[in-house]
Amino acid sequence: MTHLAPLIMILPLAGFLFVLLNGRSLGNRSVGVIATGVVGLSFLASVLTFVQVLHDHSREVTVNLFTWISVDTLHVPAAILVDPLSITMSLFVTGISTLIHWYSTAYMEGEKDFRKFFLYLNLFVFSMLTLVLANNLVLTFVGWEGVGVCSYWLVSYYFDRDAAASAGKKAFIYNRVGDVGLLVAMFLLFTHTHTLTYLGVFSSTSLLSPTVATLVVLALLLAATGKSAQIPLFNWLPDAMEGPTPVSALIHAATMVTAGVYLLVRMSPVLALSSSGRMSIAIIGGVTAFVAATIATAQKDIKKVLAFSTVSQIGYMVLAVGVGAYGAAIFLMVSHAFFKALLFLGSGSVIHSLGGEQDMRKMGGLARWLPLTFPTFLIGWLTISGVPPFAGFWSKGDVLTNVFTHNKPLWVLGVLTAILTAYYMSRLFVLTFRGSERFREVTHQHDPHESPVAMTVPLLILAVLSVFGGVLDLPWAHGFSLTHFLAPTFGYVAPSAAQSTTLQTGLALVDVAAAAIGLFAAFTIWRNRVESATFEKPFFEHVWHWDDAYDATLARPLATAAQFSSDVVEERVIDGAVEGLGGSVRRSGEGIRKLQAGMVRQYALAMVLGATVIVVYLVGRVR
Amino acid sequence: MLATTYAIPDVLVFVSAAVMILVGAVGVIAMTNPVHSALSLILSLLGVAVAFLEQSADFLAAVEIIVYAGAIVVLFLFVIMFLGVDKSKHPHVEPLVGQRWFAGLGVAITVAGVIYLMANSHWVSGVLSASTGGTALATGAGNVTQLGDSVFTTYLLAFEATAGLLIIAVVGAVLLARRERTAEVDDVDDDVEETAADAGRFDEDVASQEVES
Amino acid sequence: MTIPVSWFLVLAAVLFGVGAFGVLTRRSALIMFMCIELMLNAVNLTFVTFARTMSDIGGQTTVFFIMVVAAAEVTVGLGIVVAVFRRRSSTSVDELSELQG
Repeated sequence: MTHLAPLIMILPLAGFLFVLLNGRSLGNRSVGVIATGVVGLSFLASVLTFVQVLHDHSREVTVNLFTWISVDTLHVPAAILVDPLSITMSLFVTGISTLIHWYSTAYMEGEKDFRKFFLYLNLFVFSMLTLVLANNLVLTFVGWEGVGVCSYWLVSYYFDRDAAASAGKKAFIYNRVGDVGLLVAMFLLFTHTHTLTYLGVFSSTSLLSPTVATLVVLALLLAATGKSAQIPLFNWLPDAMEGPTPVSALIHAATMVTAGVYLLVRMSPVLALSSSGRMSIAIIGGVTAFVAATIATAQKDIKKVLAFSTVSQIGYMVLAVGVGAYGAAIFLMVSHAFFKALLFLGSGSVIHSLGGEQDMRKMGGLARWLPLTFPTFLIGWLTISGVPPFAGFWSKGDVLTNVFTHNKPLWVLGVLTAILTAYYMSRLFVLTFRGSERFREVTHQHDPHESPVAMTVPLLILAVLSVFGGVLDLPWAHGFSLTHFLAPTFGYVAPSAAQSTTLQTGLALVDVAAAAIGLFAAFTIWRNRVESATFEKPFFEHVWHWDDAYDATLARPLATAAQFSSDVVEERVIDGAVEGLGGSVRRSGEGIRKLQAGMVRQYALAMVLGATVIVVYLVGRVR
Repeated sequence: MLATTYAIPDVLVFVSAAVMILVGAVGVIAMTNPVHSALSLILSLLGVAVAFLEQSADFLAAVEIIVYAGAIVVLFLFVIMFLGVDKSKHPHVEPLVGQRWFAGLGVAITVAGVIYLMANSHWVSGVLSASTGGTALATGAGNVTQLGDSVFTTYLLAFEATAGLLIIAVVGAVLLARRERTAEVDDVDDDVEETAADAGRFDEDVASQEVES
Repeated sequence: MTIPVSWFLVLAAVLFGVGAFGVLTRRSALIMFMCIELMLNAVNLTFVTFARTMSDIGGQTTVFFIMVVAAAEVTVGLGIVVAVFRRRSSTSVDELSELQG
């Protein structure tokens, strides 16, 4: 029955090709139905494959599609690896994608490039599934680049806006920097293990010396920081919010940005070889989570807050990977996909109702106008804030418990981040749905309207998932949890100190306290305020001046160098050489031209003199 | 000294041939009137024919006189008369600077060098070579037979090729020298135009009549 | 004893030199053609001389072909001269310098 697995990938591709080839004859409605339908079927295939995996004896099945590259010792099949990790990933990728496709059919209604949008979206889903299901690094890289380019197209979807176009370029270039890391990791692995399939690499980890392993892990970390928007490559993600909101929800919150985390988890057997590498990962993750959370406290754009919140949450995931809690990382990834998609789609609904307004200062008091968006958003807000019994509480608690047993300072950082998370999300919630109605100016005194069914139903489904997502991995449900299901996939990690129930309860209480502090502070401060110089530090609002630093250290010197090349090297050296050569040839040609006088007797004389020279030479030889 | 070494008649024939050849040749390049040049050329060619005779090439000597002195030089004269270029306009003004000096020097050095090379080469020492394996030359009528044999057997392909060459040359010469009938063509064109104009006039007349009716 | 080979060869060389000098110095295309005929005859003379020396009829056969080719060449060459003269009323080669660089 594993032959269903290729269908997961092929269906979105088929949808993409079908719409691409027949799109002009299809109406917008049929394009939306087809695009959503193929992804829905792909989800169905994932579910069936999942059931299959649950009942199989072998939980690692490779499905060979065809031989892709076979050169000397490099053999790369186009093959699918079906194991608990990949099937979990494809389940939530296809599931969330289906909901967001459905949502988009309503949200994108009336856009002039409706068809193009769904083309890219389908192609994105195909690429993401390629990334997830591939059984080797090369095929994963194909998907990795595929999601990157789809992200570029979708971020710059409104390409006639300067901000969108440059945001797309920024995302693309930051991702390229990260890609170098993945390539270097692949080169290193191939040099030392002569294989690039995951199972092949894992079975020959003994060939990797500690130094090489650390280098590979650091290269993978670079790749992950690029794709998953971690320090130092995190600041493309907020700019990527220039894309349509469903794109932000699907690509820049739920799925693509988790690819880096997935890669790290997938390569966990290699991570197990290098404790210093894992330490770097943990530090990067923890620091990113904290930094992004501080920035989120001072943003005024509703989508920017959510973007930095995404960076922060992925920081948690990376932190979990760093301390070896792979199950916790995936658990958080899945639940994050639920509640962050919910929040983004909810914000999309808000923006939709206000005719495109994203500034929170011009919102407020929307609770009574959006009867479906408001309660679902409320659930999303409580979930991300870590309030029990929603999914966020369990998943974040899982991560923090694991971090506590490994590294106390990072745990403190994590708890601080949790306080900040609750704070900035509550601020967003209060500014958007509570307080006075400040949107009249934007809507021209009209009342905001609730979004159509196609947008609210996905919200409801995601809200339900956010509420009950925690049951995937309850701390006391050993043997029947996500972590247990995934465990065979992970590399060996030194077992941590036993987590007693007392400790777990205590840490859970700390988490609840952190959430409570954040909520309370936000409500106190923002109930009667719209903006505040005290609590919205310009330093945070300007992203710790991170872009300025890159501008000063990299962009400007490079621009100067490029200007120098263009003005001096190009004009003087290259043009000088080329034109000098051409000029000298022309001048010498003009000189030689005079020899061709058209006088036939001169030519004859030249022949005779040539004969003379030959005869004189011969005479000289005879002597 | 000559008498002691060589038979007197032979020497006399050679000297007279050489004198004819060189005097004729110098005459060709020295005469200002092209007709005189052509006549000098005949003298030179007759000398060559004598030199051929002295070396037992009877048939070639005859052909030399008939084809060269007869046909070719007559063709030259014909063209000279036909074009009316009896005198070159400025025979002694040389527009190319140093052309004569360089030409004289180059030719003199080359000829002297070639003669010097001959004097130092075994293949012109006058000794008959026995190693060529060629047919010994007969004298008199036998020579013509030999030549005929050679042309129509060994060199048959070349002979056929020259036949083609002559045909092409004749066609080419006819094409080149043909008087361009531009004037006649113009006349014809004019006639045609006139006719066309007449026809047009006629059409107009018809058309106007139709309109009137 | 017959006349030695070298006499004829020297004679031919001098004839060739005179012809070449004429080609280089005379401007009339007609005279240049005549000089070329002189040079051809010089070559013919050497061929006949070597045919005698080498006892090989091939030399004489070659002369026969040279004469044919010379006749063809003169025919076409004079045709060209006539055609050129029609256009320019001159046989001077110095005026035919359109192909200069």
